[in-house]
Amino acid sequence: MTDPAAGAFLGLPARAILWVLALIAFGLFGWRVAAYIRVLARARPEPRWDQWPARLKRFVLEVLFQRKLLEEPLIGAAHLLIFWAFVFYATSFFWNLLRGLLPFLPIPYADQAAWMAVALELFGAVGLVALVVAAARRYLFPPPRLEQTRDAGIILSLITIVLLSSLTGAGALVLAGEHHAGVGIASLFAGLLSGLGVSPEQGVQLNVAMWWVHMVTVLGFLVYIPYSKHLHLLASPFGVLFGSLKPPMPAASEGAARLEEFTWRQLFSGLACAECGRCDRACPALNSGYPLSPKELMHHVKEMIMASLASGGNGHRLLGDRVKPEAVWACMTCLACIQRCPVGNEHVPVLIELRRRLMADGEIEAHLQEALTNLARYGNSFGQSARNRARWTQGLDFKPKDARKEPVTWLWFTGDYAAYDPRLQPITRAAARLFQRAGLDFGILYEAEQNSGNDARRAGEEGLFETLMEKNLAAFAKARFERIVTTDPHSLHALKNEYQWQNGGVPVVHHTELLWELIRTNRLPLNKRLNGRVTYHDPCYLGRYNGVYEAPRQILRALGVELVEMPRHGSRSYCCGAGGGRIWMEDVPGIQERPAESRVREAAAVGARTLVVACPKDWVMFQDARKTAGLEDKLVVKDIIELVEEATNP
Amino acid sequence: MAGNIWVVADQWQGRLTDITFEALALGREVADAFKVPLEAVLMGHGCASLAEELGCADNVIYAEHPALAEPVPETHARALTELAQQRQPRAIVIPATNTNWGANTLLAAQLGVPGLNFVVDLKAVDGALEARCVLYGGKIQVRVQPRKEPAVIGLWPGARPADQGRSERKPSVEQASVSLAAEPKVRLKRYIEPEAGEVDLTRQDILVAVGRGIQSKDNLELAEELARALGGEICGSRPVVDQGWLPLSRQIGKSGLTVKPKLYLALGISGAPEHVEGMKGSSLIVAVNTDPQAPIFNIAHYGVVADALELAPALAEAVRARKG
Amino acid sequence: MNLVVLMRMVPDVVEELEIAPDGKSLDQEALRLIVSESDDHALEEALLLKERFGGRVTVVAPEAPEVADVLYTAAAKGADRVIQLRGVEPGLGVAAMAEACAAALSAIPDLLPADLVLTGAQSIEDLDGLVAPLVAHRLGWPYLGVVTAVSEVSNGTATVIKEFQAGYRGEFQVSLPAVLGVQAAEKPPRYVPVAKVRAAMKATRIEEFEAPQPVPEPLQDVTIVALAKPEATGRAEMLEGSVEEVAGKLCELLAERGLL
Repeated sequence: MTDPAAGAFLGLPARAILWVLALIAFGLFGWRVAAYIRVLARARPEPRWDQWPARLKRFVLEVLFQRKLLEEPLIGAAHLLIFWAFVFYATSFFWNLLRGLLPFLPIPYADQAAWMAVALELFGAVGLVALVVAAARRYLFPPPRLEQTRDAGIILSLITIVLLSSLTGAGALVLAGEHHAGVGIASLFAGLLSGLGVSPEQGVQLNVAMWWVHMVTVLGFLVYIPYSKHLHLLASPFGVLFGSLKPPMPAASEGAARLEEFTWRQLFSGLACAECGRCDRACPALNSGYPLSPKELMHHVKEMIMASLASGGNGHRLLGDRVKPEAVWACMTCLACIQRCPVGNEHVPVLIELRRRLMADGEIEAHLQEALTNLARYGNSFGQSARNRARWTQGLDFKPKDARKEPVTWLWFTGDYAAYDPRLQPITRAAARLFQRAGLDFGILYEAEQNSGNDARRAGEEGLFETLMEKNLAAFAKARFERIVTTDPHSLHALKNEYQWQNGGVPVVHHTELLWELIRTNRLPLNKRLNGRVTYHDPCYLGRYNGVYEAPRQILRALGVELVEMPRHGSRSYCCGAGGGRIWMEDVPGIQERPAESRVREAAAVGARTLVVACPKDWVMFQDARKTAGLEDKLVVKDIIELVEEATNP
Repeated sequence: MAGNIWVVADQWQGRLTDITFEALALGREVADAFKVPLEAVLMGHGCASLAEELGCADNVIYAEHPALAEPVPETHARALTELAQQRQPRAIVIPATNTNWGANTLLAAQLGVPGLNFVVDLKAVDGALEARCVLYGGKIQVRVQPRKEPAVIGLWPGARPADQGRSERKPSVEQASVSLAAEPKVRLKRYIEPEAGEVDLTRQDILVAVGRGIQSKDNLELAEELARALGGEICGSRPVVDQGWLPLSRQIGKSGLTVKPKLYLALGISGAPEHVEGMKGSSLIVAVNTDPQAPIFNIAHYGVVADALELAPALAEAVRARKG
Repeated sequence: MNLVVLMRMVPDVVEELEIAPDGKSLDQEALRLIVSESDDHALEEALLLKERFGGRVTVVAPEAPEVADVLYTAAAKGADRVIQLRGVEPGLGVAAMAEACAAALSAIPDLLPADLVLTGAQSIEDLDGLVAPLVAHRLGWPYLGVVTAVSEVSNGTATVIKEFQAGYRGEFQVSLPAVLGVQAAEKPPRYVPVAKVRAAMKATRIEEFEAPQPVPEPLQDVTIVALAKPEATGRAEMLEGSVEEVAGKLCELLAERGLL
């Protein structure tokens, strides 16, 4: 069998040339990668070395099976095939390189092993087809927010050359009669070559030539990767491996503006980003006209790292120079970007660090300032006396137990909106009546309850979050209860996942989970079947943040209504726009369609008469939106509590 | 001469302000109750002609001095102190306007007597002067009697109708001289005029706010009429601005302005918290809505279940009649 | 510039105000105190002046519940020195307190001479006077109120902007030292994150100063007859009747409040 690396080229031994090229390529590659690692080492630490079984499982699902990319089926399938073709070809490359560089190794070249030749043929062909699909999508039917970059074109071309050169080489060998028939693709190429006038005698030479084209291209690719957006090829598996296993929240810090002030994981997202635009497509801020693009944010992070590599020094700033405060404040922390990202990028933590820095510098807008001041002083964002927190109970014909004074099984944490907003108080009372009807042993903290601090934290006021948390924990410590139920997903998330409970904490559930349990076990008997076509909006903090999708749907099915799903449902739910403290901030001019308006239109479009919600802020946002969108006659907004009460009224 | 009731005239850009006449009306009542003369005190430079309008008083003390041309409270207070020390009035009513702000306190301190603020009413009770003051953002009223004379009263607008203090009668005018520092330590350099067309709603005392209950842009006229009659400005809730009936600069609420006027008249506004958040600090909130369950009634001080489109013109009419 | 800010605690009207059984004061039980809003603006204006012209800002506050919080917050915002005045308590009426404060200002070591004393233009419990002119009177300094900006400071005078009416403002020249009653600072009072206030709690010492004796008795020169609430809080009082009747009732209401 021929050794393509034997022989000479322009008077020099081919093997020597291969050595030189390989050393240069690996040298440049290694040098660049080392430079990235040095930059990351200058950033703050962040431990992501725990829970390896879970991490490995994610790696298998996201990297090996490309699960997130398959959410867009066509390109997902194409990318999966390209990925595996790439894996195979990479393996073959290293095999070939080793054998080429070290001829004394007792192994054949990759394509000289029959089974490998077949695999290369198959993946080559399939890969080429997938590339055509990918190219067609990129150039003929691009989805929104997909940038046409030179990088993308180069990469598609490089991969094409890599695959074609291999297949052509195989075909040349078949033409020369020295190749075992594989699955017919090599033969196809042989036929093409023959048709182009290549003679069998030239076959071997052509094969050798193609081998070199292939190897040099891949060596070039190796150097090109760390200098292009395809750095993601290297970085993304690590991004997934070191991704956050729960909704990411940076540890307490003073915020970040410059490169060194971020953590290595926050910077890493910039390196892993493939600029595919999935985050942008899902972002409610961007799609409403806010000046925030998650993809741009990642790009700025990468750019900042590149600038640091180019010119060194410590002065590279993300905040102000590259990312403007208006963009930073626009985030609703809905997590759609992170949910969609196939490479495990964490956009929201970067924004939260930036917010913390703006907060520390006192650069926050007046509305937010007022809400935070009210939270600090009154324990609620409404600026109302803490003494009025339980006023909503006055409309009940019984007095809920005071958990401060007597032990209860369930502590009900109502949250600010359910307690103070006069439009929501009737729903809160309905929930109380349902709990009572079900014979639940529940109580509330009355004036001792404070805002959970979730949104203050997301607005960047870490100190305020700590204060509120401490006050709540102190109130919890004095009360006696076994479990917590809350009617507010934001509070749910904070209490369940972010509070520093001394003794491990207690189970915390959302009211939909509890209501479903009560209905399921017939402790809350349904007396009436409800009619009508409804659709359900998954709250960000209940769905994406805490994985509760089914309980509310189980309830709706049990109630008898006809549940239709909006296109953006479940983990793809579209935020109402209130999260991240945005409910306390002003709209910016130039907003086209607010997220809540988009959502109510989506609900009306699927023919639902009722939009069912499970979060008080959703209720408020959608009530407002149905007026401004002119849908008052077409759509009503109801909390699931209201429907359950209708169905369980005696 | 001693024991009279004095009312200090307040001027703005060469004219007497409404509160001057309100003070005169009130002063008249008090003077009559104590059976003493009512004297108006006019201070300025070359504004003697204004004295003619102060006929509600029995006579006018006109203090003329170049330094009094500038609206500097401490200069005016110094002049009043001198006059008061000479003439020993029983009470001195000073309109508490921005122009005069602090003058009554300075006067009281210089005379060594108490100076009352936020006074909305005065009366004679068993031979003593009793004032009613509004404190704590309007939440508490205090009835108080000064124990020393003269009683210096900082009068809040609206104590009496201005017309009650106007009179055709020409009062006698007495020129008085006051000695003031040649170089006052506080001087007015110039007035700064507001930008044309710019209305800062956050500085308005009276706002008429419209919501979707106003139903159409054409009906905005009715609200604007009412605003004019009240001497206030129009503003709106979010849906109204979104519809393009009002500019963004007039939006009150979460995405608009936060205002704390003395009167917020909400017409056809449901009271969504995003709106309420922008106006709940208002001293007096009157809400008009056809829906008796509208949440606005939970934060309004007074409510009317009625069609705003009917009430607005009726109210505008009544206000105009009252103001004369 | 050497700037002194006088800050006072007043009842927080967000909470329900109750009248004490004797009808002559507020029920202390129900009271919660908050820094007077325009005093906060006075502090902000002082900090802005410090940023613009350099110098230091000293905050002086009569003792009261929760005043320590206010002083630490002021320090976190940039005040250089914070002083709590003992022996002077806030309450209805300000004349006595203002006198005590003015006496204290002269007595506190290294405080005067100052360029400006700033305090709020008014507060919600200024029954018997305004603090700024009273302090000015005691110190013998010039005074100007309803201030919304201090634009220049040179040659011993300051250019001060004051609000008149209908959007008009006036540019005044005030000889220094002077006392200003600040209506609104040039920018809204800055926000300082809780973390910074906590840091200030550790890094700052609140000086305590005993007010010079004798401290005047509050409300000596007036007799409080009674306190009363003008109307019930909570749900709106609903006005009934025909449109004309209601319009009439509303007019009465507005007139009573001095709004017509």
